[in-house]
Amino acid sequence: MSTAEATEVAVEITDLHKSFGPVEVLRGIDLRVGRGEVVCVIGPSGSGKSTLLRCVNVLEEPTSGTVVVDGTELTDPDVDIDAARRRIGMVFQSFNLFTHLNVLNNLTIAQRKVLRRSQAEAEQIGLANLERVGLDGRESAMPNQLSGGQQQRVAIARALSMDPDLMLFDEPTSALDPELVGDVLAVMRRLADEGMTMLVVTHEMQFAREVADRVLFMDAGVVVEEGPPEQVIGSPREERTRTFLSRVLNPARVAEE
Amino acid sequence: MAMSKRKRAKVIRWVQYGILIAVILVVAFTANWDKIRTTFFDLEVAASLFPEVITVGLVNTLIYTGLGFAFGLGLALVLALMRLSTVRPYRWLAGIYIEFFRGLPALLVILAVGTGIPLAFNTFLDKYVALMIALGIVASAYMAETLRAGIQAVPKGQVEAARSLGMSPARTMVTIVIPQAFKIILPPLTNELILLTKDSSLALFLGASITEYELTQFGRVALNDSRSLTPVLVAGLCYLAITIPLSYLSRYLERRTGGKKIGTPESTEVKA
Ligand SMILES: Nc1ncnc2c1ncn2[C@@H]1O[C@H](COP(=O)(O)OP(=O)(O)OP(=O)(O)O)[C@@H](O)[C@H]1O
Ligand SMILES: [Mg+2]
Repeated sequence: MSTAEATEVAVEITDLHKSFGPVEVLRGIDLRVGRGEVVCVIGPSGSGKSTLLRCVNVLEEPTSGTVVVDGTELTDPDVDIDAARRRIGMVFQSFNLFTHLNVLNNLTIAQRKVLRRSQAEAEQIGLANLERVGLDGRESAMPNQLSGGQQQRVAIARALSMDPDLMLFDEPTSALDPELVGDVLAVMRRLADEGMTMLVVTHEMQFAREVADRVLFMDAGVVVEEGPPEQVIGSPREERTRTFLSRVLNPARVAEE
Repeated sequence: MAMSKRKRAKVIRWVQYGILIAVILVVAFTANWDKIRTTFFDLEVAASLFPEVITVGLVNTLIYTGLGFAFGLGLALVLALMRLSTVRPYRWLAGIYIEFFRGLPALLVILAVGTGIPLAFNTFLDKYVALMIALGIVASAYMAETLRAGIQAVPKGQVEAARSLGMSPARTMVTIVIPQAFKIILPPLTNELILLTKDSSLALFLGASITEYELTQFGRVALNDSRSLTPVLVAGLCYLAITIPLSYLSRYLERRTGGKKIGTPESTEVKA
C-alpha cells in the first residue's frame, strides 16, 4: 500500500469482535472509512451499531481485531488513548453535556485542560463553533435551559472545538422531538459538506440517502450489506435489509398517504 | 357497633385532641411557674452571658465544627476514591477505616485523639488541631460513604463524554465527576454538618482554657456559677440558630436538585 493511499484512510477496522460476557455483539467487522467520507450505519436495535461506534474511539475495548485511526492503532495496548481521542469527536444520543457547566465552559473545558489552550483562545474557538451550529448568544445558558436540539448542537460544537479529524455520531437525533431533528441534521449536513470525515449511526433514512457516501446495514453483529445509499436504501439486495427498511420506512409512507 | 370509616377517624381525632388538652391542663396547674421560670430562664443570668456566649462559645463551636468538617471532607474524598480504586488493598483499607470509625462513639475518638496522641507521642496537641483531627475522623467515615454514592450517581454518559474529549481518568474525576457528585450530595453533606455541630460539644471532655470554650462547655461553666439552667437554654438556642437554618438549607437543596435521591451507602453496596 502506498503512503499516499495510507493517508487517505481515516479509519480502518479489521476483523473486529466484541463480546459482553458470553454474548458476542460484534462478530467480525471490517470497515474502512476514507478521509472526508461520510458513512452511515443503519440496522435494527441491538445489532451492535453503538458498540461498533464506541469501539472506534475505544470507549468499548474490542475483544479482538484492530482499529486504526489516522495511522494509529488504537487497539495497541501501549497507545496513548487520550491523545488519540483528542482527534476523534463523539456525539451521543443523550447529548451528555456537562450539566454543572454552562455552554461556554462545556465548549472550553477540554480545550483548556486537554489541549492546554489559553482561556481566551479556547473561548474564541468555542464561540466560533457555537455560531457554526447556529447558537450564538447562548453561551451563558446552562444545559438544562436548552431544548434537546440545542443541547445536541452544543454537544456537536463541543466536539468540533477540539479540531477533530473524525466525528462519530451515535443516533444524534433519536432522543429529540420531531420538530427539533431538522436543526441538528442541518448542522451535520453542513459539516459533511465541509469535508469532515463522519461515521454516523442513524435511523434518519432521508439523511443517509442524501448525505452519506456509503451506507452500512448491520444485523446481529455483522455488516450484512454496504454500498452507496441509493443501492442499500434504494434497492437493497439482502432480504434482511429489505425487511428492516420496510419497517423503518413504512410508518412514514402511511403518514404521507 | 357499626361506625363509618370517616366517623371513626373523626372520633379518634377528637380523642387525641382531648388527651393533648388534658395533659396541657395538668402541667399548667401543677407546675410551679415561678420556680420554672427562674430555673430555666432567668433574664438577669441570660443577660450576663452576653456577649461571651457569642464571641467565645458560638465562635468556638463554629471554628471546631468548621475545621472538623473541612478536614473530614478532605479525608472523606481520599477514602471515597480509595473505595472506588481498582487497587484492591486501597478498597480494603478504606473499608476497614470506615467500618471502624462509624462503629465507635464520637466521644471515644475525641478522647483518643485529644489525650491519646499527646500521651503516646509525648507532645502537646493544640486544642483546635486535636478537635479538627478528631471531629474530622468522625465525620469522614460517614461522608466517605456519602461521597462514594454521589460519585457513583453521576451518570456514566458524563464520564464517557469527558473521556471521548481526551480527558484522562484522573482529569475526568476532578473536573467532571467530583463537582457533579458534590452537587448531588449537598443535602446529605449539610445534614452531616448539623450532626458535627452537635458533636463538637464533646470537646467538653478535653478540658480547655476559657478562650477555648465552645457553647456546651460555656453553658456548663455558667450553669455551675449561676445555679440556673438558663445558660444551658441559651446555649441550646445558639445551637438551634446554627442547625435550624442548616436544616432548612438542606431541605431547600434537596428540592432544588429535584429531590433526586441517591442510594444510601447500603443500597449502592448491593448494586456495586
Ligand atoms: N455494556 C454492555 N454490557 C452488556 N451488554 C451490552 C453492553 N452494551 C451493549 N450490550 C448489548 O449488546 C447488544 C448491541 O448493543 P448496541 O447498543 O451496540 O446496539 P445498537 O445497534 O446500537 O442498538 P440501538 O439501535 O438500540 O441503539 C445489545 O444486545 C446490548 O444489550
Ligand atoms: Mg445504539
